[in-house]
Amino acid sequence: MDDKTLIAKRVALELNDGNLVNLGIGLPTLVAQYLPAGIDVTFQSENGIIGMQALPADAFPSADLTDAGGAPIGCVPGAFAFDSAMSFGLIRGGHLDVTVLGGLQVDELGHLANWMVPGKLVPGMGGAMDLVSGAKRVIVAMTHTAKGEPKILKRCTLPLTSVRSIDLIVTELAVLQTTPEGLLLKEVAPGVSVEQVLAATQAHLIVPEQVPVMPLAA
Amino acid sequence: MSKTTTLQSAIETIPCGSVVMIGGFMGCGSPDSLIDELVRQGKSDLTIIANDTARPKVGIGKLISAKLVRKVIASHIGTNPETQAQMIAGEIEVDLVPQGTLAERIRAAGFGLGAVVTPTGVGTVVEDGKQTIEIDGTVFLVELPLKADFALINAKRADYRGNLEYRFTARNFNPLMAMAADRVIAEAEDIVPVGMISPDMVITPAVVVDTLVAKETRHG
Repeated sequence: MDDKTLIAKRVALELNDGNLVNLGIGLPTLVAQYLPAGIDVTFQSENGIIGMQALPADAFPSADLTDAGGAPIGCVPGAFAFDSAMSFGLIRGGHLDVTVLGGLQVDELGHLANWMVPGKLVPGMGGAMDLVSGAKRVIVAMTHTAKGEPKILKRCTLPLTSVRSIDLIVTELAVLQTTPEGLLLKEVAPGVSVEQVLAATQAHLIVPEQVPVMPLAA
Repeated sequence: MSKTTTLQSAIETIPCGSVVMIGGFMGCGSPDSLIDELVRQGKSDLTIIANDTARPKVGIGKLISAKLVRKVIASHIGTNPETQAQMIAGEIEVDLVPQGTLAERIRAAGFGLGAVVTPTGVGTVVEDGKQTIEIDGTVFLVELPLKADFALINAKRADYRGNLEYRFTARNFNPLMAMAADRVIAEAEDIVPVGMISPDMVITPAVVVDTLVAKETRHG
């Protein structure tokens, strides 16, 4: 199993029946494939639809039905299309249960940086700042390191996405939970030791005596 | 009563240097015929207010590729390397705005509000140079309305008066922008007789639409 699949399979277990969920472009999108049986989740795409689904293999794509990356999607019966003010009203207004976003850095305060690298990469924040400010629960799904360098730091060095703390970090090595005392090592990935996680992390981690192994969706 | 005109005459009314809002999200719901005609007529020095600049040679990306844009106010330019290259070269000024804030600033202009206050961006670089306000213990940013000289809107269906219907995610910023510009030019895939669109299905009312053109259909 590759790292992205492992991360997606772990994040999928965080979604609960009845949730309204927004998945970021890229790795977070994979989460939808691994929803546990019996869990009925509705997906929002911030470009203006609730009830999006992957384009069925036998379906004809419509130029008027796309995800936030511009790729063709489908929608389930009972879907709802709306404008961008409504879309972010749902996000900021406390109607979105979970957002899953990618990350460049997360720190001990739970601050996320995921929208620019000054002087190198300035894509823009898109909807990320609103999603982190407004969603009830923010999950960061990302690789633990980038080119061998830690991404989970004492303090972010890149411009922040929000000063609100995110809730959970899921990487190919571990699950970390933000707490008032700092980042808690909640689980390690199958075959990964606590020492390996600590070596790949710059931030101080709170390590309980027993750290369970990450469960994964089928 | 009909507001229909040709693409050419609709775009001829836009002076170079105008502030133009353009609907669409990564090319979905973009007024492609109006954009093509802006390029054909070489309308330059434009300030574009839009969600994004799509990709090179797609939607709003065509204006970037043709170097007609002086300034972009958008939430995302990452999918268009030409926008980033022109920004680094100092040819385009880029003002990045969180997507929900962009929508609300446009809505505020169109709905007659003096500002909106939002928690988005507090404590980040987005706060730089802006007023904050504390309400019941929570800090908000004061974000000002965004108006334009022209709005270019894409609709699925219009009647001849200019009542507009949209389809799926092609709606996005279009109805908000239709309220927030001095002159509104809409393009529609289908233009039908007045009365064919049920009042309940009209999203943008004809009273805010000045000019209507038929989308050019392409074959092959």
